[in-house]
Amino acid sequence: MKNGPGRSGLIMDEPLLWEKGKKGRNGMSIPESDIPAALLADELCGEGPDFPDLSEGEVVRHYTRLSQWNFGVDTGMYPLGSCTMKYNPKINEKHAAAEEITSAHPLLDDEYCQGTLRIIYELQNFLAEITGLDAVSLQPAAGAHGELAGMLIFDAYHQNKGKKRSKILMPDTAHGTNPASAALCGYKPVEIKSGERGILDVEQIRELMDEETAGIMITNPNTLGLFEENIREIAEIVHEKGGLVYGDGANMNAIMGIVDLKACGVDVLHLNLHKTFSTPHGGGGPGAGPVCVVDELQKYLPSPRVEFDGSTYSQVEDPASIGRMHGFHGNYGVLVKAFCYILTMGAEYLKKASQYAVLNASYVKVKLKDHLHLAYDRPCMHEAVFSDKNQQKNHVSTLDIAKRLMDYGYHPPTIYFPLVVPGAIMIEPTETESLEELDTFIDVVKMIVKEAETDPELLHNSPSRFKVKRLDETQAARNPCLCG
Amino acid sequence: MRYLPHTDEDIRTMFDAIGVKDFEELFITVPESCRYDKEMALPLPKTEWALNKYMAEIRTMMKVTPEHTVLIGAGRYQHNIPSSIPSIMGRSELLTAYTPYQPEMAQGTLQGLFEYQTLTARLLGVDVANASMYDGASALAEALLMGLRIGKRKKRVAMSAAIHPHFREVVRTYFHPIEFEIIELPFLEDGRTDFSSLVDENGLAAVALQSPNFFGVVEEMEAAAEAIHQAGALFVAGFSEPLAFGLLKNPGEAGADIVCGEGQSFGMPESFGGPGLGMFGCKQKYVRNLPGRLVGETTDLDGNRGYVLTLATREQHIRRGKATSNICSNQGICTLTAAMYMASLGGTGLRKLARLNYDRSEYLKQGLEEAGASVCFSSPTFNEFVVEFKDDFRPVQKRLMEQKIVAGLDLAKYYPGFDNRYLFCVTETASKEILDTVISEVKK
Amino acid sequence: MKEVHELNLPEDVRYTKDHEWAKVTGDTIKIGISDYAQDQMGDIVFVEMPAVGDTFEEGDEFGTLESVKAVTELYIPVGGEVVAINEELEDTPELLNQDPYGGWIVEIKPNDIQEIEQLFDRDTYLGVLKGE
Repeated sequence: MKNGPGRSGLIMDEPLLWEKGKKGRNGMSIPESDIPAALLADELCGEGPDFPDLSEGEVVRHYTRLSQWNFGVDTGMYPLGSCTMKYNPKINEKHAAAEEITSAHPLLDDEYCQGTLRIIYELQNFLAEITGLDAVSLQPAAGAHGELAGMLIFDAYHQNKGKKRSKILMPDTAHGTNPASAALCGYKPVEIKSGERGILDVEQIRELMDEETAGIMITNPNTLGLFEENIREIAEIVHEKGGLVYGDGANMNAIMGIVDLKACGVDVLHLNLHKTFSTPHGGGGPGAGPVCVVDELQKYLPSPRVEFDGSTYSQVEDPASIGRMHGFHGNYGVLVKAFCYILTMGAEYLKKASQYAVLNASYVKVKLKDHLHLAYDRPCMHEAVFSDKNQQKNHVSTLDIAKRLMDYGYHPPTIYFPLVVPGAIMIEPTETESLEELDTFIDVVKMIVKEAETDPELLHNSPSRFKVKRLDETQAARNPCLCG
Repeated sequence: MRYLPHTDEDIRTMFDAIGVKDFEELFITVPESCRYDKEMALPLPKTEWALNKYMAEIRTMMKVTPEHTVLIGAGRYQHNIPSSIPSIMGRSELLTAYTPYQPEMAQGTLQGLFEYQTLTARLLGVDVANASMYDGASALAEALLMGLRIGKRKKRVAMSAAIHPHFREVVRTYFHPIEFEIIELPFLEDGRTDFSSLVDENGLAAVALQSPNFFGVVEEMEAAAEAIHQAGALFVAGFSEPLAFGLLKNPGEAGADIVCGEGQSFGMPESFGGPGLGMFGCKQKYVRNLPGRLVGETTDLDGNRGYVLTLATREQHIRRGKATSNICSNQGICTLTAAMYMASLGGTGLRKLARLNYDRSEYLKQGLEEAGASVCFSSPTFNEFVVEFKDDFRPVQKRLMEQKIVAGLDLAKYYPGFDNRYLFCVTETASKEILDTVISEVKK
Repeated sequence: MKEVHELNLPEDVRYTKDHEWAKVTGDTIKIGISDYAQDQMGDIVFVEMPAVGDTFEEGDEFGTLESVKAVTELYIPVGGEVVAINEELEDTPELLNQDPYGGWIVEIKPNDIQEIEQLFDRDTYLGVLKGE
């Protein structure tokens, strides 16, 4: 007898798609042809792909079972540092899925799609207002895509001034996308070491900034969860040498309504709508990474953008623009969700969201700092970075702690990032977690810290309560099996 | 506020624990000069019901409604989507998860991506497909950059002028700051790309074409492969309508080295241009040069099958400035949506649907020709084709719009000299009745 | 990870600050990575090697090593022309973990074989590892 699918509780086994089904089934209705078959030359015809044939019920059950092996924000707390895993409101999904929106073809003439253009226009304005910057393009499809747009704007600006620059300053706490995006524009990243207090040191910038350097990329709050207090002075130094300041807005969730990025001296900034503005991450995407700039750089923004003359919304292209970043308007459906979020929150609750995000992180920091080693004991913003320093004596690593957290029903924090903190554990609770939830999480971490003392093996062998145990990543990389 | 759980009492408890007296003190590290010194000028917060009203009002501003049949494609296609897909893909375990960095907690996403990679590789005829890129346009730019990485010291790429104009614009945006040259290959009178200038081009890393191309024309892929390989370059095969490969030969089979294109047709609506996904694959030997996420099969401590993100050393979070791309995500849920669509159709269904699309578009093509329009390119087409009208077509277009039919894309702004030429797209959503209406209005 | 005294550091090879080793075999030099390097890297999953015939100046990057979550560049300790690469590493990169001194990576014909004398001997290298 073949084993049934049941494993434990409600977790079912489920084979790969092509391990099930039978030729001749179908999972989708296809209209019968009511017109004569047309001729097609044999030499153009292929055989069609070798796909399994499945019924609709089989497909639905397949993906339902897969979903049960997954953990999302709706399942539980997801304190993944620098990723802002906050609650994703359901009403936003409904509006993005409204048929008038989903059926809109992107190449319709402006007069036929005033509604979809209006959303772009209003969202451009909202994001300008929230950041303090002057103009916005919504086209980039993700944060890294927004960074690339930003670097292309840097390049266009300097070329327009008559001289291409070759280097860019980059703190060692930067996300890996920063140097990768800069490299795509031919910039050589010059690394800046973070100072003793975990923030940038003005003197180092003064020393490194020169007229070959296009500018600086700063994440603020930085990936240690600390506010770059010297940002204005740094911006002045960079501007004096003719450079520009790029703000990586990945951590915007800490500062809405509190910090004015333009006042900080930032010239170009990208936002992650899938972080700060609550759109779901979808297991990797789609996101959206709008890019915001000061007046002087507006003409370089990706095109087209949307303008409004008081009666009509229209798409405009500036001849100085860096051009298109995306086939159409970026991940439009994601924009609609963020738009709904901002309308729901307004200025009042966006600011509160940032305040509560910082409150939650500060609370977790205070409650855990006697149990896990705290990398920088300073006032934190929306996240706090710990490490496994205290656990090393028991041969328990950050990875072990992360895996054990899963057994208790939490998604682990971001681990081993930022690189400047060895064995980093970066916790970002976000504002949508309640005090009770935080207290339970804190208790669980304390319990794991105890287990690390008394039973390190337990941690090495975790997680133990999932469909699979710890997976062999070495085998996967040595003999890649990427296709079934 | 329903998303924020904090009560006044909670806040006081937390302030006490932290040792601050108010929010001002919590933000003590933000200097005065960096502060947002006024209220953000945004609309007042809306209840769910007020938001519904606001959005409903915006929707009424759309003159093209869901009742319209859209006979425009050009990179975004109107296809039927079974209800099973949005219903299951809306499950929050899939939708509200992050990138699967912790594989034990994300086997659903990971197995789903592995299945997507496999079905995509089979569809495109390549050895390996990644877990998707942002869209077809950025995927083309990434493919050409990949060609340059493989070509090491080579400094030039070429692309056909019959590639989607927006896709070519994105390539130019990506290439602008760097010292690589882009050559544009013209197209012939039959609508296919002209390779005659390609012979012995020195230092050419990659040549891209799209098939079916922007005009719907099916390129001669084997001949293209031969010409491109003879010029010592890699063959990058693009597409914007993957449904074509249910009926036509796939690009890998024809000799393409890298295949990339837009996958929106597989279960995603037009949604004003996004999200969709960039499908991307290549021959096995180039796998370490691939941009983007990859999922691989492995085993767990007990020897059970499982899936992980792999070959991450190509990527930005490890290789930083030397990564194969700056991309840090994929299109996630869109990728699973495309896989679910492919699984729902199955091999048999995909072929039947592709055939139906082909037949319907041929029907309109012939009908328009009989009605007096001339078909601009003599080569075979799939789903899309270009016709030129003798008289101004705009009045006809207007009459059809009144009958809820969006007929044809004016090509004048994309190609000089294409006055009165229109690109039509016909899919399974256009009934015979609709097509007959278009034909008879043209005849009038 | 191994303590310094646990490391296998043979006398008959020379070492570099980047934790490579070089060994004269006739008129060519074989190059690999030290026990310390392989231990630090963890499981090596891929070795990117140059092509036979490529030439390098001392200190040039000639390849990379990859573990699951790290990439390390390899720098040539002595300038010269690559005459052979260890093809076994293409399918079994783990050789570098199992037998770092048997598992050589490239063999070069040096421009100046005397350059090897400038590399660390065992004791000096051990001192470097101890942070002396």
